[in-house]
Amino acid sequence: MTQLALVIDLNVCVGCHACVTSCKEWNTSGWAGPLVDQNPYEGSPTGTFFNRVQTFEVGTFPNTETVHFPKSCLHCEEPPCVPVCPTGASYKRPDNGVVLVDYDKCIGCKYCSWACPYGARELDEQQKVMKKCTLCIDRITDAKLSERDRKPSCVLACPANARLFGDVHDPDSEVSIAIRERGGYQLMPEWGTKPANHYLPRQKTRMHIDPEELTRVDNPLRREDLTDYTGEETLDDVAW
Amino acid sequence: MHPAFSVIFLTTLLGAGQGLYLAMVTGQLYAIARFLPAQADQFYAVGSLVALLLLVAGLGASFFHLGRPERAWRAAAMWRTSWLSREVIVLPIVMALVFAYGVAHWFEWTQPLFQVGAALQVDLTLLLGVLGTVASLVLFVCTAMIYAAVRFLQEWHTPLTVSNFLFLGAASGFMLAAAYSAYIGNPLVTFYGTWAVILTLVGLASRLAHLRRNARLKHKSTVQTAIGVRHAAVVQKAQGATGGSFNTREFFHGRSQSLVERLRTVYLALVFPIPVLLIGLSYLIGSSNLPIMAFFVQFAGLLIERWSFFAEARHPQNLYYQSVA
Repeated sequence: MTQLALVIDLNVCVGCHACVTSCKEWNTSGWAGPLVDQNPYEGSPTGTFFNRVQTFEVGTFPNTETVHFPKSCLHCEEPPCVPVCPTGASYKRPDNGVVLVDYDKCIGCKYCSWACPYGARELDEQQKVMKKCTLCIDRITDAKLSERDRKPSCVLACPANARLFGDVHDPDSEVSIAIRERGGYQLMPEWGTKPANHYLPRQKTRMHIDPEELTRVDNPLRREDLTDYTGEETLDDVAW
Repeated sequence: MHPAFSVIFLTTLLGAGQGLYLAMVTGQLYAIARFLPAQADQFYAVGSLVALLLLVAGLGASFFHLGRPERAWRAAAMWRTSWLSREVIVLPIVMALVFAYGVAHWFEWTQPLFQVGAALQVDLTLLLGVLGTVASLVLFVCTAMIYAAVRFLQEWHTPLTVSNFLFLGAASGFMLAAAYSAYIGNPLVTFYGTWAVILTLVGLASRLAHLRRNARLKHKSTVQTAIGVRHAAVVQKAQGATGGSFNTREFFHGRSQSLVERLRTVYLALVFPIPVLLIGLSYLIGSSNLPIMAFFVQFAGLLIERWSFFAEARHPQNLYYQSVA
């Protein structure tokens, strides 16, 4: 079974929010109607986004690290938001594993948002229905688009190539290899929701050098025997 | 969690309505067993009507919680998996049975239909009463399980949530039955008042156990598991929105912790000791106003109790919104 998902590389995400704006642009212009923006030009603009980039500081000064953390629906393999929906508006597509909301069936009771530990669902204050990342379902299933364009718009927009997209159930896909070989992990694994999206950890290239490695084994100038002899019998005296 | 007034009124009004209905049926059962003097059918009919009005008011409040109330009928679809869907199905059944029970009493359809054993004459009102009682208890479970079934809200994910809803709802309903009996000058005040006090005390035990459990609760998720970085010092610097979002509005009560604690003291006083003392005092001085006051004091306390129930729950998504949390 196919399970489409994103793999987000925290090692290269620079926190530019290009994925946020391209997501908003694509999904506010689509067939499902706009994603609401309230007070867009005033002091406290707010609205519905499928994807947000948050920033965390790890460590204490001066040993700190900035982690830019893009956050969207993780398309769980055991989505806790789906069974709680009273109308069946929330569902997981059997053919590709994408978790979606049928905006025509949603009654806006917000129960699914309570049942998501990741806060991935946001109520559209204008349409009064629950919205969330669709993995750009209208792009990725559009056979008229070229193979290159048949990807979520956040993936296409990322200038650092921090977002990979593919089938995490196919062991040979780019995303599966990235998860396997670069330590991909899931968020809040303690809940057993099996998020399909994975994150690649930050990595530092470090070389570990033992002091012994600094001495060449075949160094002709190396003094091998460090014993100080004071005239006693040695192995050389008895072996010939 | 953000305490929505729609849900606060929904759960408290439904609790009082179901409780009052259970009180009416209990009164009838005691009268059949000849522990109590038989009442006029109008007594049960009017009591059921008040219960029905409370249920209708609760249902009305629930519509304010929905973004798309015109689609509410769709909510009955997923009863196999969703407790909310189950509540949507059971609530109209309870309302229909309460209505039918009241109508049967009003028109005195009390001719025995059949007889069980030597003495028990089963009539339509008794049948409807038993069915309605079962449905009411099921509705209490459905309403409470909406909250208790969300495992991410660990403060709610306990059978104590169900026992709180059941006993506090039943207590306020019996308190209302006592108030109703006092208002019409019926001798059943003592009967209903005593049951209301017993249910209130059981509710107190349940709620205190719940508070004690939650005070010791260890949350499963931490900011480390939320973003997957293993370091003791993780501080959020940006939340990804300028003016807040649904996530910063729906999952936070937005009040100070000291207010939450003060309100806890207030509801613990209003729901439990004060109504019990008022009922006790009404026995001593034979006042008909005190049971009525006891009901309103307790109901006001229950509104605050439900507010606190929401405010005390901490959702794991709040880990992604540290500056609000």
